[in-house]
Amino acid sequence: MASTTTPAPRTNRLGLTVIEYKGGKTTLCAGCGHNAISERIIDAMYEMGVEPHRVAKMSGIGCSSKTPAYFMGKSHSFNSVHGRMPSVTTGAMLANRTLLALGISGDGDTASIGIGQFIHLMRRNLPMIYIIEDNGVYGLTKGQFSATADLGSVLKTGVINDLPPIDTCALAVQLGATFVGRSFSGDKKQLLAMLKAAIAHNGTVMLDIISPCVTFNDHEGSTKSYKFTKDHEEPLQEVSFVPHFEDISVDYPAGETLDVTMHDGSKLRLHKLEEDYNPTDKLQALSRLAKAHQEGEILTGVFYVNTQAPNFMDLLNMADEPLATLPESRVRPPKEVLDKCMDALR
Amino acid sequence: MATTDLAVHDIGSGREGQRVVNDWSLQVATVNGSGSQSANTVILRTIFQMGVPVSGKNLFPSNIAGLPTWYTIRANRHGYIARKKEIDFLVAMNPETAVEDVKSLAPGSAVVYDEPLNLHTVRNDVTFYPVAFDKLVATVCPDAKLRKLVKNMIYPGVLAHLLGFDMAEMEKAIRRQFGKKQKAADLNVNAARAGYDYAVASIEKRDPFWAERMDENRDKIIIDGNAAAALGCMFAGVTVVTWYPITPSSSLVESLIDYMKKYRMGPDGKSTFAIVQAEDELAAIGMVLGAAWAGARSMTATAGPGISLMAEFTGLSYYVEVPAVIWDIQRVGPSTGLPTRTSQGDISFVAGLSHGDTRHIMLFPSKPEECFSMAGEAFDLAEQFQTPVFIMSDLDLGMNNWMADSFEYPTKPLNRGKVLSKEDLHRLGGFQRYKDVDGDGIGYRTLPGVDHPNAAWFARGSGHNEKGLYSERPDDYVNNLDRLKRKSETARSFVPKPEMVADGTSKIGVIGFGTTHWAMTESRDQLKKEYRLDVDYLRLRAFPFTKEVHEFVASHDRIYVIDQNRDGQMRDLLKLDLDPAQVTKLRSVRHYNGLPIDARSITDEIISQEGR
Repeated sequence: MASTTTPAPRTNRLGLTVIEYKGGKTTLCAGCGHNAISERIIDAMYEMGVEPHRVAKMSGIGCSSKTPAYFMGKSHSFNSVHGRMPSVTTGAMLANRTLLALGISGDGDTASIGIGQFIHLMRRNLPMIYIIEDNGVYGLTKGQFSATADLGSVLKTGVINDLPPIDTCALAVQLGATFVGRSFSGDKKQLLAMLKAAIAHNGTVMLDIISPCVTFNDHEGSTKSYKFTKDHEEPLQEVSFVPHFEDISVDYPAGETLDVTMHDGSKLRLHKLEEDYNPTDKLQALSRLAKAHQEGEILTGVFYVNTQAPNFMDLLNMADEPLATLPESRVRPPKEVLDKCMDALR
Repeated sequence: MATTDLAVHDIGSGREGQRVVNDWSLQVATVNGSGSQSANTVILRTIFQMGVPVSGKNLFPSNIAGLPTWYTIRANRHGYIARKKEIDFLVAMNPETAVEDVKSLAPGSAVVYDEPLNLHTVRNDVTFYPVAFDKLVATVCPDAKLRKLVKNMIYPGVLAHLLGFDMAEMEKAIRRQFGKKQKAADLNVNAARAGYDYAVASIEKRDPFWAERMDENRDKIIIDGNAAAALGCMFAGVTVVTWYPITPSSSLVESLIDYMKKYRMGPDGKSTFAIVQAEDELAAIGMVLGAAWAGARSMTATAGPGISLMAEFTGLSYYVEVPAVIWDIQRVGPSTGLPTRTSQGDISFVAGLSHGDTRHIMLFPSKPEECFSMAGEAFDLAEQFQTPVFIMSDLDLGMNNWMADSFEYPTKPLNRGKVLSKEDLHRLGGFQRYKDVDGDGIGYRTLPGVDHPNAAWFARGSGHNEKGLYSERPDDYVNNLDRLKRKSETARSFVPKPEMVADGTSKIGVIGFGTTHWAMTESRDQLKKEYRLDVDYLRLRAFPFTKEVHEFVASHDRIYVIDQNRDGQMRDLLKLDLDPAQVTKLRSVRHYNGLPIDARSITDEIISQEGR
């Protein structure tokens, strides 16, 4: 057959092209780490063959929280108020548990104004992906420190941070999130694999993604700059991912690789760089994170994963269908019930 | 503190030899946590079962046990069930307050008291009945540990003799109170009977107050406003409930949990609802919004402090245009002080809750029947107008027991508002989220999860154009605000209309709302009977004000607006809404001491302002 026709565009398992997963043009600064994360989200959703209409993009306020406008334009989105995305997402999932909730937050939106809601979200193990685009500063208000800024980190203005950082990953592990990891916006391969695994997980996924702010926090003396992160990144594993709809053919020698079977049958494949590390052990996760702080490493990888814990919907014993659209016959009890209630009050 | 103001009796003091039948109020003063609540409910139900109109008001401290608490029961043959300012009959069980309680009574009142308190020395113009409760309880309750609780079931028996309660009805009320706890029921029945037998044998009746059987309560129920609201929400098809415990709203959600667990489980054993106790009111309202955005009938219940925390999200709800139903069971606030006392203090705050230009729909229930029916109306309005709707109840309505007519089963189907389905989108091709297609200010929306490529819209605050796209253009912003205003104007014709009592000749109008209704109804009769002053009465049931409210003001020379707050908040809202020429007609009657408003206070104030 002659090959003069243009080849059909690449499509995913739903027959959709990657264009279907794109969003509006970004208005963030050129080179912002957040844009790279948006790109990886598009790739992950496309490659996993997620139906765009099933995705609920949720956010609070800040540079990070603007990004849902820049990817997946065919998905519903709710840009809510500062620090309160967790509650809005919780409500949305209560109303329609068939949605795939993807929450985008920042270090200010999460670790300061939103720390209360963040903490309680983690406790509930609500099925959702919670991403912190973490740059250690407030961008939209022009460069104040956030609560994830490291001790001794220096602002452009010369101000030195003298308060210890909040480790959102350690918090998430301790509080009950069932998939916790840290990545770097500049680490394409690791981030993409972790995002795909996140999509396959059924519970709260908390990913802290170091995402340098090129305008306010990318200078010498900053511990969240591209250079500093590249120099200090210490991956815990090589992370790869095999979706359930692809054959797994490669076998790795036992002991070096850990396969975690995700909720949908996909495999999260962790090629161990630290032999003793077991990501299903909470205590080990917490102590390894503490050690990273001590040694000034930016530890990345999957710190903790638990595919067995019941999620919030299971605990609530909710109907399988979306509550939002249950027919009247199922949400308004018949007259006999009212009569019975009235009789009991006479 | 004294819960009665200086008494003014309308029948005069010459009561000797006279029988005062089914027209008195009884106050029981006890210590919080001593089991008196059961005894008081038993008395209330006994009177109710005797067919006499009755109401009960619990004046309780912010405390679990140990502080003074009062319960006032009013029996009234005319059906007046507002709080009565004067107490006719006191049961003094609390050493801490007994002397002050007795001092605050009017001459001619009667007092049953715990003998060791020696109250008869306090004054000599009231009738005293000392009762040795500890001795009596020892005879019926061998278990010394239980005596403290059972002791309080003796005074209902004593009162049965003194006031003429039917003991068979009382026993029925006790057995009902203790349900399946047979032993507890027996013990308490015996205690009441011991009190009754003792009183029959040893107390000579010397006061004029009597209860006599009537037949006014056929088909009536007794329920508190919060439980009525819970029932209303269940039958309104609520699916997502998120809340943070706060007095006096907690019992609304707790009742709802009980009802839903009983009646809203699917055949698969799974619930057709989710009730989540949130970490605070910020999260509670955030969850309501998220759920409503995704299409659920969602609600929360709170009180003033919670409303304050919900301000930001309420504004977002108004601008994103997602429904929300918020119960505000108003109390005195903020912080500590009188969190367990009633008020209508959140009216002006809620009307414009949040920053920026906002105006919210409020409903004002006056009775349990309306807590029930307005629940359904609130959900319909919230979804129809895609906006938050507040139901402004209060502690008096929410937490006290009220007689009510049996609730009517809702016949209207749920109004889910302008929601486009997948099929609609296929037919239309697409939609513009904030375009005023129908001229009523209300756009069409889609729910997340709808499988159509053009279904998605981006929910965000004020800065959007008709398509829901981000915009900072001045004309887009003005367009949006003007449309929201139009929506609010449309709401005037859909919110519940006021209730009016007018004979068409009076030049004086009174506007009241919420629990003020009961005192106002009685005050209207007082004004007529005692001062030959006829007043027309309009009971507001919603904000924004409907045209009937404007007409009512226009057709009277003077309007008294009754508020249970210091500043006349409803009066102020009316001022903003009325034609300037009408504003000068408004006068204000205010009551704000933490107690439910009473008829006498209204009557006196109107008479004083009338210059009579």
